[in-house]
Amino acid sequence: MNIRSQIAMVFHLDKCIGCHTCSVACKNIWTDRKGAEYMWWNNVETKPGTGYPTKWEDQDIYQGGWKKDGDSVSLKGAGKLKGLKNIFHNPNMPVLDDYYEPWAYRYQDLFDAPEGDDQPIGRAVSLITGEPIEIQSGPNWDDDLSGTPDYARQDVNFKHLSQAEQEAMFQLEKMTFHYLPRICNHCLNPACVASCPSGALYKRGEDGVVLINQERCRAWRMCVTACPYKKSYYNWNTGKSEKCVLCYPRLESGQPPACMHSCVGRIRYLGVMLYDADRIQAVASCDESEIVDRHMDIYLNPNDPTVIKAARENGIADSTIKAAQNSPVYKFVKEWKIALPLHPEFRTLPNLFYVPPLLPAMASVSTDGTYDTVSEHLLAGVEKLRVPIRYLSSLFTAGNDDKVIDVFKKLHAVRVSRRDTTVKDVTDKQLNTVMNEASIDVDTANAIFRLTSLATFEERFVIPAAHREEAIEMLENTGDYKGSTGFGFKEKPARGL
Amino acid sequence: MLDYLLFGALPYVALAIFLIGSIYRYTKKGFQVSSLSSQFLEGRKLFFGSQFFHWGIVMLFFGHLIGFLIPNAVVAWNGSPVRLLVLEFTAFGFAISSLIGLLLLIKRRATTKRIQMVSNYMDYVVYLVLFVQIASGILMAYYGRWGSNWFASVMTPYLCSVFAFNPNVDLIAQLSTSNTMALLMVKTHIASAFLIIGIIPFTRFVHFLVAPFDYIWRKYQLVIWNWNHKEIRTSRNYFPGKSRDFKNN
Repeated sequence: MNIRSQIAMVFHLDKCIGCHTCSVACKNIWTDRKGAEYMWWNNVETKPGTGYPTKWEDQDIYQGGWKKDGDSVSLKGAGKLKGLKNIFHNPNMPVLDDYYEPWAYRYQDLFDAPEGDDQPIGRAVSLITGEPIEIQSGPNWDDDLSGTPDYARQDVNFKHLSQAEQEAMFQLEKMTFHYLPRICNHCLNPACVASCPSGALYKRGEDGVVLINQERCRAWRMCVTACPYKKSYYNWNTGKSEKCVLCYPRLESGQPPACMHSCVGRIRYLGVMLYDADRIQAVASCDESEIVDRHMDIYLNPNDPTVIKAARENGIADSTIKAAQNSPVYKFVKEWKIALPLHPEFRTLPNLFYVPPLLPAMASVSTDGTYDTVSEHLLAGVEKLRVPIRYLSSLFTAGNDDKVIDVFKKLHAVRVSRRDTTVKDVTDKQLNTVMNEASIDVDTANAIFRLTSLATFEERFVIPAAHREEAIEMLENTGDYKGSTGFGFKEKPARGL
Repeated sequence: MLDYLLFGALPYVALAIFLIGSIYRYTKKGFQVSSLSSQFLEGRKLFFGSQFFHWGIVMLFFGHLIGFLIPNAVVAWNGSPVRLLVLEFTAFGFAISSLIGLLLLIKRRATTKRIQMVSNYMDYVVYLVLFVQIASGILMAYYGRWGSNWFASVMTPYLCSVFAFNPNVDLIAQLSTSNTMALLMVKTHIASAFLIIGIIPFTRFVHFLVAPFDYIWRKYQLVIWNWNHKEIRTSRNYFPGKSRDFKNN
């Protein structure tokens, strides 16, 4: 047993309102720079949709992630042989047009235009060439199912759905969508780290944050290909790749990352998970059908005395172990088992878990045109759910429908239990049936309800002390570095010759 | 006199600038050591240009290296006319490949607006010296026979004398051949090679110095501790603190 600690996250999709506040908070801090304009380390997608970059989930195009290779795994589109062979031209790398060409408007023209018969306009100009452009697409062009024929119907996850199931998702009054906020997963088995020829990417031992050493990055671009979530971005100006840093300077000073801190719907949870690093290869290379279960098993119970002992022996601080015991992520993922990883079939063992969205699944329009939310009807069975389970299982469980249904049963039981507490119109028989099917008790339901709806800031974000906060303050005034490439960086981030 | 300047002095100036400049840039300006790939902005035209150029130039580099390290083997290999022709034509093929690639890359940079946004004057200097280098090499191979034999018998001793700090300029200066074009190209090729070495630290050439060969033997996953508690200094452990763990994650 080789215990390490990892900062892990849970996003509760039922609570996401798709406001993009997280994306803007991140952009203001990290990617508001030349060469990084097109980057959204945090982005929010509408599902069904093609996402950002377009069709990022389609590994036939981008060759990201790992594939099972005997009792081990190998990188799909990178690695020692393929990476070095493709070093002069990387055929699977997304290019700017797969994201979008960033632009600004010439607002000054509105003021400076000479008097004339025409209304002055502020034309869109490319932030790359500075020339006027016809805007082709943006980072959230398919927000709220806009442009459905071009975007939502091209969703990569539809390849597992029958034609009828696909059509059902686009029927007026029956269509459904939810939001999918995405950041770097800071994976246990990061494909980006493994793909970097110059060893610039690394995982931090203390908290598992995956970073790119800007001084070692040589623009071989393999991480952009290898990350199946397309969360490593190439800065075309500096000639260096960049990615979500999980706001580590904030984490180290006890604050949650900016995207989580600013989250309006309070959908985000962050906490420590202890895991067994010796098991990574075995878990990453197991059969696709069992990868979710095995992934959950790699996280250890922080209250188990043997785990605590082994963690201490591995040099994990007591404050970190205590944080792991209070981790909201542990509750969602391990205790209640209602949070699932995104696309576990990529085999990177992501550390960001999603509570699948129940709301669009539960509400259905009855024949008289009213919304039918009677609890008994909702129990009628998953085949009556509004969203095809197959769609969600393609997103979260590598195609295992039962896992999504299990989570839905629990989420539904929580609602029925709360209705019993507040409205009191649920019969004991109904309540017992629901609770038994979901195999949770009322106390658990109340705990889930509490952490989902009422949790305080301190309950949602349990961040262990990094014990480095004083050290970094002694080195530099962090405020001076806004707009530059990062902390601890003495050199101006100017492009080389 | 010019010969002494180009083949007696220039090599040392170039090597000194190369060594000092590269070490300075790597250690003090690490952020500016990058291949500055522009595939992200334009990937289609890059394919043929970059592949033709790079594979050609890499093969030529190793060809020259072999001629320098094991000249006797090259001469022995060339003992048979068939093998000589195979070697010469292979090398010529790679040279043509890199020239075509270079021209495609120049065209791409000159005609693509997005690429111009990330171009600087040194990129064009690089194109110029590379063009001179490759073109002179091709012409030399065409006019003067046979380059591989000549490299092993003349160039290798000359380079050895340079590295021994006793440059035998006469080897180059008193080259006699009936073909003046070949002679001119040989001298251009050598002088321009030293020029390239001299400008490496000031151009994107630096990226070949950091070619990622260590990836071949590195473990895939890389975990770095800011402070590895398992490696706190003891009486037996002399180097405490930062440690790198290349174990499989």
